[in-house]
Amino acid sequence: MTVATPVHQQLGMTDAEYESVIEILGRDPRPAELAMYSVMWSEHCSYKSSRKHLRRFPTEAPWVVVGPGENAGVVDLGDGWLAALRIESHNHPSFVEPYQGAATGVGGILRDVFTMGARPIALWDQIRFGNLDNPKNRYLFNGVVSGIAGYGNAVGVPTVGGEVEFDPGYDGNPLVNVMCLGLMKREQLVLGTAGTPGTIAVLLGNATGRDGIGGASVLASASFDEESGAKRPSVQVGDPFEEKKLIEACLELYDKNLVVGIQDLGAAGLSCATSEPAGRAGVGMEVDLDSVHTRESGMTAPELLMSESQERMMAFVSPENVTEVLEIAGHWEIESAVVGTVREGGTLTIRHEGELVAEIPAASLADNAPLYDRTAVRPDWLDDVRAQPDPDLTAYQPNTILEMLLDDPAIGSSAWIHEQYDHMLFLKTVVGPGSDGSLLRIKGTEKALAVSTDGNGRLCYLDPRVGGARLVFEAALNVAVTGARPLAVVDNLNFGNPEKPEVMWQLIESIEGISEACEALGIPVVGGNVSFYNETDGVDINPTPVVGVLGLADPMPQNPPRISRAESGMRLWVVGPPPTGSLAGSAVQRVLGERNGGAPTPPQPGAGVRVVEMAAQLAHKVPVLHDISDGGLAVAASEIAIGSDIGLTIEADYVYCEDPHRFLVAAHSGTVDFPDDFAVEIGVFGGDEISINGSTIPLGRAADLYAAALSRRMR
Amino acid sequence: MKTAVVVFPGSNCEHDVVAAIENLGGKADLVWHRDTDLTDFDGVILPGGFAHGDALRTGAIARFSPVMDAVAAIAAEGKPVLGICNGFQILCEAGLLPGALIANRDLAFICRFVDVEVVDTSSILTNQTEPGQKVTIPLNSYEGNWVDPSGTGRVVMRYVDNPNGSSGAAAAVANEAGNVVGIMPHPERATDKLLGSDGGNVLLDGFLSSLLPV
Amino acid sequence: MKVRVDLTRRPEIADPQGTTINRALKDLGFEEVASVRVDKVFHLDVDGDDPELVRQQVTQMCQQLLANPVLEDFEIEIEK
Repeated sequence: MTVATPVHQQLGMTDAEYESVIEILGRDPRPAELAMYSVMWSEHCSYKSSRKHLRRFPTEAPWVVVGPGENAGVVDLGDGWLAALRIESHNHPSFVEPYQGAATGVGGILRDVFTMGARPIALWDQIRFGNLDNPKNRYLFNGVVSGIAGYGNAVGVPTVGGEVEFDPGYDGNPLVNVMCLGLMKREQLVLGTAGTPGTIAVLLGNATGRDGIGGASVLASASFDEESGAKRPSVQVGDPFEEKKLIEACLELYDKNLVVGIQDLGAAGLSCATSEPAGRAGVGMEVDLDSVHTRESGMTAPELLMSESQERMMAFVSPENVTEVLEIAGHWEIESAVVGTVREGGTLTIRHEGELVAEIPAASLADNAPLYDRTAVRPDWLDDVRAQPDPDLTAYQPNTILEMLLDDPAIGSSAWIHEQYDHMLFLKTVVGPGSDGSLLRIKGTEKALAVSTDGNGRLCYLDPRVGGARLVFEAALNVAVTGARPLAVVDNLNFGNPEKPEVMWQLIESIEGISEACEALGIPVVGGNVSFYNETDGVDINPTPVVGVLGLADPMPQNPPRISRAESGMRLWVVGPPPTGSLAGSAVQRVLGERNGGAPTPPQPGAGVRVVEMAAQLAHKVPVLHDISDGGLAVAASEIAIGSDIGLTIEADYVYCEDPHRFLVAAHSGTVDFPDDFAVEIGVFGGDEISINGSTIPLGRAADLYAAALSRRMR
Repeated sequence: MKTAVVVFPGSNCEHDVVAAIENLGGKADLVWHRDTDLTDFDGVILPGGFAHGDALRTGAIARFSPVMDAVAAIAAEGKPVLGICNGFQILCEAGLLPGALIANRDLAFICRFVDVEVVDTSSILTNQTEPGQKVTIPLNSYEGNWVDPSGTGRVVMRYVDNPNGSSGAAAAVANEAGNVVGIMPHPERATDKLLGSDGGNVLLDGFLSSLLPV
Repeated sequence: MKVRVDLTRRPEIADPQGTTINRALKDLGFEEVASVRVDKVFHLDVDGDDPELVRQQVTQMCQQLLANPVLEDFEIEIEK
């Protein structure tokens, strides 16, 4: 950057955005004001390129208590219980510093959930990297997993599932998404409102330092290039110990009904935590920056307002309760400071060292944020890619293909990842990592919560609408095989540069697909996150929407299906619509080294809904249910054989096809009935080989390949 | 008969321990690390977690918490004191158990079920078991590798397949009297077959039975 | 040649461990402690007689492995 670049451009603002700040204020902004607008109007905070299209999502259902727009979505579970859920990305920070980037991603998503009044009970991570034969990718992958483990384990919230994908498309740009689920009783719900005039703003938690200055605007809203190194001072450091104390302190405040509202400090720090709650409540606020407890001396007003120091919360407290709030903070050994007072009118007034540094309409930071209707164009390369024929599998020995799939690091056992995570804390984990969906019991009730998260950049590259829809159907089916019925969706939309019309088209198509599937299943979207500018040196990532589906099992199955429960003599059925045989975007195409291509099979909404209901019912009766996804029926069936340590013989067509809405059932003959048109018996368990259409692999070899697929590449 | 479950800033298994004790018919209350009076209690459990964020060394700061004098007094009276995971680390730092816990042999956090075998039944943890009895309970630690240069530690349970390199494959260690025990895997996480195992109940039963006056 | 490498967390980067230890020292009555930062020291024994060459080699070691340039600065001292 040259010295002549105007300040607003250095802060990532366009000239037009700067003009609109002048119009709102009727004058040139002061430095602190410009800093606040620049972070709040960044792509990361304002969703200015996506907001128009996010309105497409269905967001309403009778059980939705809080929809999109708050810190987390909240749904009603019955009998006075509520669940809060949220998903967020930390892609760019994780590329710059994988351990701290992932760690602070975990910290941030936890705060979004306990801001709502809920105790965070579980985490899921969805992580994507380039291929592991590149040492840089191994370094990033190892750092991200260590960061999630280091923060999640220490803060005391179990990481109970997730997914991993390796694809050259993420070489320069790994994706790190984290989802969090919280649980609370209805009376604990609290919102991000500043309350009425006279309410006191109390800043809780970590001291404010120069962490992540400009992080929101500079890091998350611009692309990586050779200069990324120069942006490094923005890296924030996570402190799970501080967060743990902050969680306990906040939960005590909610228990004792001591806060009117509360807002976490994430991207845009104090700028957001003052303006958003005031804007939501239609009030103004006076803030004294000299009261903010700091870690470093000499911080300027813009720095204090933009700092992204972690583990901080802004509580809004009635004056008579302030003393007790400060005492509770003291008990939990966290710092606290009264930093402001809510005022009538809508003006946010900020003072620093006796000077007025900002005087702006509080709501304007959010409400007047720019809204772009960017050009969207279907990519012209798509026809060529979609016309690609399926690979000719007859050129390979069938057992060779299966061995390649079982040895794939994204398909094989995830133990190398999930054994580094505490996934058992809180004594809720009935079905944990390495399964289709997680199942968490709610103690003292017969209910259990199920969650599955799914993304598939390869499929969405070939058809973002079909891909988006299939993700939702797959996650819903994963939830159903644990015995739950889907209740709500959160989405994390990871895309390239929105200034490119092809990327905007991918986004809009994905949103359409996700929306159509949600409508078919009757489930609302209750929250989400958009991460743009996932490109390196001008190359965009595959469009990678990730969805998390929450389901409720009420009652939960007494003995939930597990892939470890197959026994000799049990039969295997495949349930769902007949497969087309398409291999477009499939794992087999990938492991054979073919270009990602073809036209993926579209979902059939009727069948998608039907299999979800069938699986949710069967989960109460049968020992094994397993969704068919990456690697098709062959891999899904092998996973049951390996998990149960029993051989398997199957005869079936299109065993590597990944067509949607299909799952496997293992049970003894005569114990279960299926509709003739929708299920086929394809095999029987027994012996010590996996035999598929006469091609065999010794069970021990399959198990060894599967167990070592990921871990052997990380040695 | 009531058990104190001590909560340090950064502890995270305290509620699970209370639930497991109550599940077996026992009584347990949480006690904050700044409390100094444990006279109402007949035994103490230091639960797992990351007391004081594991700053400096695991347990190094927690040993100076105000409650620890009362814990030492209870131990000296011969009442049962059990440290689980981070609690084991704190008992070692406090000198109530010999040895120290260092990083796992493979330098990786380990969270999985492991098989553990009873070696010595004369401790507050193992008094309801038979020698050689095996239980399955989950390990969840990074610094789980017990070393004992003094050679005075009494191993009461050992790993069947030593996953972290502990000296003598020790999973649980007692003081000479057998009333102070540290265990690295989590018995409170193995109290319900629905969650994978109920092998921890026999150990917690041992703790509860040792609360009774002799 | 004996070489000492001091790895220090860059001043603008938070040090949660140091903050926690500082609080614990104050709890123990050491009110006089203003701040604590936790850093790392490496003691290397490197073959070679040319101090400048060794310094260059160790600098490369720091840049490639020993230091995380995102978080840490390093200082090299040739001891003998």
